[in-house]
Amino acid sequence: MKRELRLMKGNEAIAEAAIRAGCDGYFGYPITPQSEILEYLMEEKPHERTGMVVLQAESEVAAINMVYGGAGCGKKVMTSSSSPGISLKQEGLSYIAGAELPCLVVNIVRGGPGLGTIQPAQSDYFQAVKGGGHGDYKLLVLAPASVQEMADFVELGFELAFKYRNPVMILSDGIIGQMMEKVYLNPQKERSSENLEWATTGKPAGSERTIITSLELDSAKQEVFNQKLIDKYREMERSEVRVEEFQTEDADYLLVSYGSSARICQRAVDLARAEGLKVGLIRLITLFPFPKKRLEELAGSVKGMMAVEMSAGQMVEDVMLSVCGKVPVVHFGRMGGIIPTPEEVIENLKTKIIGG
Amino acid sequence: MTEEIIIAGFGGQGVLSMGKIMAYSGVMQDMEVSWMPSYGPEMRGGTANVIVILSENRISSPIIREFDTAIILNQQSLDKFENDIKPGGTLIYDGNGITRHPERKDITVYRIDAMDEATSMEMSKVFNMVVLGGYLKVKPILKLDNVVEGLKKSLPERYHKLIPANEKALHRGMEIISEVEQN
Amino acid sequence: MSESFDKKSMIDEANLAYKKSEVMTENVLSYCPGCGHGTAHRLIAEVIEEGDLQDKTIGVCPVGCSVLMYNSLDIDMQQAAHGRAPAVATAVKRLMPEKFVFTYQGDGDLAAIGTAETLHACNRGENFLIVFINNAIYGMTGGQMAPTTLPGMRSSTSPHGRDTILMGNPLKMTELVAKLPGTYFVTRQSVHTPAAVRKTKKALRKAVEYQQQSKGTCFIEIVSNCPSGWKMTALQSNEWMEENMFPFYPLGDIKVPEE
Repeated sequence: MKRELRLMKGNEAIAEAAIRAGCDGYFGYPITPQSEILEYLMEEKPHERTGMVVLQAESEVAAINMVYGGAGCGKKVMTSSSSPGISLKQEGLSYIAGAELPCLVVNIVRGGPGLGTIQPAQSDYFQAVKGGGHGDYKLLVLAPASVQEMADFVELGFELAFKYRNPVMILSDGIIGQMMEKVYLNPQKERSSENLEWATTGKPAGSERTIITSLELDSAKQEVFNQKLIDKYREMERSEVRVEEFQTEDADYLLVSYGSSARICQRAVDLARAEGLKVGLIRLITLFPFPKKRLEELAGSVKGMMAVEMSAGQMVEDVMLSVCGKVPVVHFGRMGGIIPTPEEVIENLKTKIIGG
Repeated sequence: MTEEIIIAGFGGQGVLSMGKIMAYSGVMQDMEVSWMPSYGPEMRGGTANVIVILSENRISSPIIREFDTAIILNQQSLDKFENDIKPGGTLIYDGNGITRHPERKDITVYRIDAMDEATSMEMSKVFNMVVLGGYLKVKPILKLDNVVEGLKKSLPERYHKLIPANEKALHRGMEIISEVEQN
Repeated sequence: MSESFDKKSMIDEANLAYKKSEVMTENVLSYCPGCGHGTAHRLIAEVIEEGDLQDKTIGVCPVGCSVLMYNSLDIDMQQAAHGRAPAVATAVKRLMPEKFVFTYQGDGDLAAIGTAETLHACNRGENFLIVFINNAIYGMTGGQMAPTTLPGMRSSTSPHGRDTILMGNPLKMTELVAKLPGTYFVTRQSVHTPAAVRKTKKALRKAVEYQQQSKGTCFIEIVSNCPSGWKMTALQSNEWMEENMFPFYPLGDIKVPEE
């Protein structure tokens, strides 16, 4: 398979990868720092390239409900936004999860709460991995750390969304969204015209009608449905955990990170190793499902772990739950759009774990 | 080989596009590249900067605190980044509007009066290419041919008629850059 | 049910004066006696059947009394979040332009929480039909004030009557959407008498026809009653509707295509 080399921003890579993945529809609303996704799509006229529908909706709320409608027809549909806009989409996401519909949602996170800042942050972790809207549900969450992964995870995201009939989120931030790197793009995939039995495409004569709904007024039936969702999430935990490890084999100390922070940590590992400190890094690629087992294993071989994330300390809670007190777990993060430097990571590792 | 560069100046000086052309040129030379702009309100006037990394290896952090080379186009940026250059590193600055000149003695300092030059050539739009020419002269990592190729890649087709003017500016920059003795 | 009560054995086909549409399911309607929803459902089913559109139709139902429309219509349906039916329908129609798509929304859904989605879908001229049931009250949640509740009208959240200074004025969405360039056919009808039912069905037929020609958004308001919410008998509620609702929400076409 010949892949095309391009130099692109992360946001542009998502848009181009969506067209090439055979996406049927994108529905979005402008917000910094992700507007390039919608802008790129409009510029590219995907309607002419593949027949893909691109629509600027009147709000994030409308956009996610358009995604619901498109997904209900069995189409590959997506939306993207940044933190305040993703908050607005939570109701729709809950309905999509409740109706068991596949879709892709991109969150290019900015610092919060409220209108916050437009600079990069990772402070939407809880919202992304714990459900986000009302009711017992989960999103499958992918955390790209490069422009290449921004592109690759679009196709992977659609694949997983349809495999589990569940919304998938790409959780990234302004660093990966705005930066340019080399990216190898897959060739154009054809848009699928397959009719899925659960999708509303018009009731064929003689067969059962299809209803897309999240409503069930009978509590006993609703509980059975809730259990079905939980079984689905357990299956994701068995089959879909993805991580990347750097120098963990002989590590005394482990950095746990994801996305852009993990890039910074990679550099920190190099700096620490140059100083003679045996530091390793586990980069989480799936945030839900969370790599509980692998962290539990690593807890047996390291002296301590430091979660590095651009938040007040969110992912660190899941790290703590995974290692169950076997080793000390601390947190280092910057907030408000401040990006930690590799040097700061090392300084904090020294004061919080090694010296502490 | 890894070259870590910061380019900083006013919004509208072509800081981001200079970085973009460098990144494209790096791709032409089969290098790993990253281009990380400061974004946000700074895009709308005020200061703008971009970190460009060119490397033979996989690039870890696209955001760094110390640079091999700083290309500085206004006083605020000089004040902000002079101390972030690695010892033994390189500083290239445009003297236009500078009241406090570089003071470090452990780096090599070059001055390029690109703004004056571009104005006298009546080509103020290619100011950034004069600066880039200066960089190519003192840090011959990117080849001129590849930069011209990079220009073609980063400029939309409708601007390709401007490429000869940009090439001329690159050559002029290579001629007028000069080292400043720091003593 | 015993064999002897089987309707087929009781009614001779030749004597059949009226037949339930094949597009209606066997499920018992969940609406209160005298409510206009059931009639509106039936008319939509009939129009789909007559147009041979059952395999091409996708309906979008909202939150409120009409949420269970999918239990009574034998077609593919999507249930939308409160107010979002026009957004859902926008994507359905754009991704499957060859289908007949409609939304069926109450006044709280369409004229309060879904105002933005409704106006923007109409303004873009999305090629689907919006059926708007206006009974001036939130029926399912127990008779609260709606955006269309009349001045002075009582509800559980305007127990002393709607005071327009304190609570704002009723919103005439149908007149509003008629002003937008994207709407093609906008009309206000009712289903409380046989004559009114015939007119509404005619309007629905026209809307289906325009939809197939991709002319823009069609919008049919049906002024209706809510005997339970209004705390009246079915007959009283129809009389009250004629006396109070129709003067404020006059029936008839508001925007018709130039012939």
